[in-house]
Amino acid sequence: MNDIQIIIGGAAGDGTKATGHLIGKILNRGGYKVFIHEDYSSLIRGGHNFSVIRGTKNGENCIRESADFLLALNEDSVDRHIGKGGVLIYNSDQVKKRDGIGVPAETIAKEEGAVIMKSNALLGALCKIIGVSWELIGDVFEGFPHSEKNLKVVRRVYDSQEEKGKMKKTKESLSLITGNEAIALGALEAGMENYFAYPMTPSTSILHFLSKIKEAYKINVFQPENEIGVINAALGCAFTGKRTMVGTSGGGFALMTEGISLAAMSETPIVVVESQRAGPSSGTPTYNGQADLNFALNPGHGDFLNLVFAPGDAEEAFYFSNLAMNMSWKYQIPAILLVDKDISESTFSFDKNTLKGVKEWKEKKGRNSKGYHRYRITENGVSPLVYPGGKAVVKSNSYESDEYGISTEDPQMIKKMQEKRMRKERDIKEDLKETIKIYGEGDKVLFCWGSTKGAAIAAGREAGYKVVQILVFNPFPEEKVREAVKGCKEVVVVEANSSGQAAEILKRYILVGRKILKYDGRPFAKEELIEELKK
Amino acid sequence: MDLNTKNTWCPGCGNFAIEKAVKKVIEKIGEENTVITAGIGCHGKIIDYLNVSSFYGLHGRPVITATGIKIGNPDLNVIAFTGDGDSLNEGVSHLVHAVKRNSDITVILHENRNFALTVKQFTATSPRGFISNSSPSGNIEDPINPLALVYASGGTFIARGFSGNVYQLQDLIMQGVKHKGFSFIEVLQPCVAWFDTYDDYREKTYNLEGVPKDPLRKINEWNYENGGKIPLGVFHKEEKESFEEKMSRGDKKINTKEFLKNKA
Repeated sequence: MNDIQIIIGGAAGDGTKATGHLIGKILNRGGYKVFIHEDYSSLIRGGHNFSVIRGTKNGENCIRESADFLLALNEDSVDRHIGKGGVLIYNSDQVKKRDGIGVPAETIAKEEGAVIMKSNALLGALCKIIGVSWELIGDVFEGFPHSEKNLKVVRRVYDSQEEKGKMKKTKESLSLITGNEAIALGALEAGMENYFAYPMTPSTSILHFLSKIKEAYKINVFQPENEIGVINAALGCAFTGKRTMVGTSGGGFALMTEGISLAAMSETPIVVVESQRAGPSSGTPTYNGQADLNFALNPGHGDFLNLVFAPGDAEEAFYFSNLAMNMSWKYQIPAILLVDKDISESTFSFDKNTLKGVKEWKEKKGRNSKGYHRYRITENGVSPLVYPGGKAVVKSNSYESDEYGISTEDPQMIKKMQEKRMRKERDIKEDLKETIKIYGEGDKVLFCWGSTKGAAIAAGREAGYKVVQILVFNPFPEEKVREAVKGCKEVVVVEANSSGQAAEILKRYILVGRKILKYDGRPFAKEELIEELKK
Repeated sequence: MDLNTKNTWCPGCGNFAIEKAVKKVIEKIGEENTVITAGIGCHGKIIDYLNVSSFYGLHGRPVITATGIKIGNPDLNVIAFTGDGDSLNEGVSHLVHAVKRNSDITVILHENRNFALTVKQFTATSPRGFISNSSPSGNIEDPINPLALVYASGGTFIARGFSGNVYQLQDLIMQGVKHKGFSFIEVLQPCVAWFDTYDDYREKTYNLEGVPKDPLRKINEWNYENGGKIPLGVFHKEEKESFEEKMSRGDKKINTKEFLKNKA
């Protein structure tokens, strides 16, 4: 089997997410590249949550409409997903008799100690059917809470089923991490020492993850009173020479905009993670959207440079979060890492060789002596950095200032300083090597960005499209984009918003034929996009 | 510590006394290890007059910026200058939370009780009936008592000084800077252009004898309206572990390679 998709559904608090991850781990050890999509509501108990676990040999980071297995904890889960084919494995303590495999999951879990283990009972049936060895199951349960009791539950169901396939264990498997974990790790590899954030889905798991590992990595994690506090504290911290990242979603990003403008004016390095949900306003907190692209490109008042990177999977999230931190410090400008819910909270296979492609760049330091000028006018616009606490007086300013950092209203100085800051763009462009990626070939082109990458590559391959992914939106790689569509007959853009924000940007440089837009908060399934492309 | 910059405060402005007092304090504690920050308003101009490392931030945000600086480098003495409009109107949440977490910074509130740099509007501490460009028939809101706010938020060092008494002010600021944890010094700083309260303050202010046992009674003695005496001095002082001390940094134990291995 080259491609397997499993859906596991239940109420919030049923443990479907944890079981979904165990299934992902099993597929991962079985040599599949894994993609897990999480669908959940903004509530703590009840509702309907499900995880879609897809394993493919060619690494398709998207879901399919059809499923091979449906693991249903309750009636609701059967009703919602039953039409998608595959084998139904259900909790017979809650679901009335159906065609499929009924498992008295709650009864077994209760007998072994705790009803919460019921979702792992369904895993037992699945594992036996697809031929997962008991040894491998034991391996993935290592470190899982109450693993012995859980394994007893799994074993009882596992033994009651018949094997219908065989899954071999690979020698070396990839790592499984979420987009948000990748973002955190990428920044850590670039020397991040501080992460400041106010909770906001879908960025919150960066805060959780870093809070958990802060001691081990020797970093500070700080949760201030609001997002305005976050950005202003972060800039104060960066002013002392400590690499700092902040994370939020659209609403919090809106509150940060004055601070981003301050970062630009005071030339204080900062990385801002903007993980989009479906908006506007509070929108749908736990569902996906890509409607903040224009906002990220114009994140504050005044004329200034800022980087906007839009990674499309965990490996890219790692790479670009690292690059954002490094470039922000090299050029002393704000860097925005624009992701979306389906990058942040999805789980991806991650090749640890990605680590080899990154490092920490050292910023340009000045002499820590009396004559130091914070805003020294230089040929490339970058003034050497010095941090307070030594002989040099370091004066950072939100007002326009002279080279020393004293507020100014002098017309010549205003002009000179504005030009100095904007001059950085030339070197920035030279530093950016990979701004777009091209997959496949042909005379029909499909543009994608962010989380639409996964479905675009999978669907493009089958529908005969060359896929072009935009990774850097600012500065926009216009030459490369023009080059990529040379001689092509058709240009289609796929994205998760209702106005086609990336498509409208592309129209400034190339002819765009058609937009495929989705704005219901849900990801594109492979078949769905193929159908759209064939229209 | 002086800079060759043009001072643009009005002649007789209460800010001169704060500048004088702060300079003396910084001279004593050391310029190299001191960082100042300020918001926007007349108070903020002090940044351009002192040759000390500084972060001249946004309106309403100097207090949280100061906490960020302290987290970044706990060895620095961090002093945040702010105004009543700055930290009681625009950025009041930052003040309350900095107090609550006992961030080891010193906040000097330039209390002139109006938005002066924007040519006279009422702020959170303007008295009721205050005639301003945004309240031409008199302010209809009651003033807030910043000392009461800081006390209610758990302040560990609360003081009030007056621009008319530089020596006392210098002493209060020095005590504040030396205090471990959050120190708050309100400075009654008359605005000679829009709200000249010099005579009123000279008449009503008196010095507290020691730190009062019942701080709230002394804090509430003056309600920022016209009646009553105005106590000056230290209202409250207590020892408590600071936020930055508790922010443990740990010892680096794992690296990303190992982390990823565990995730396979």
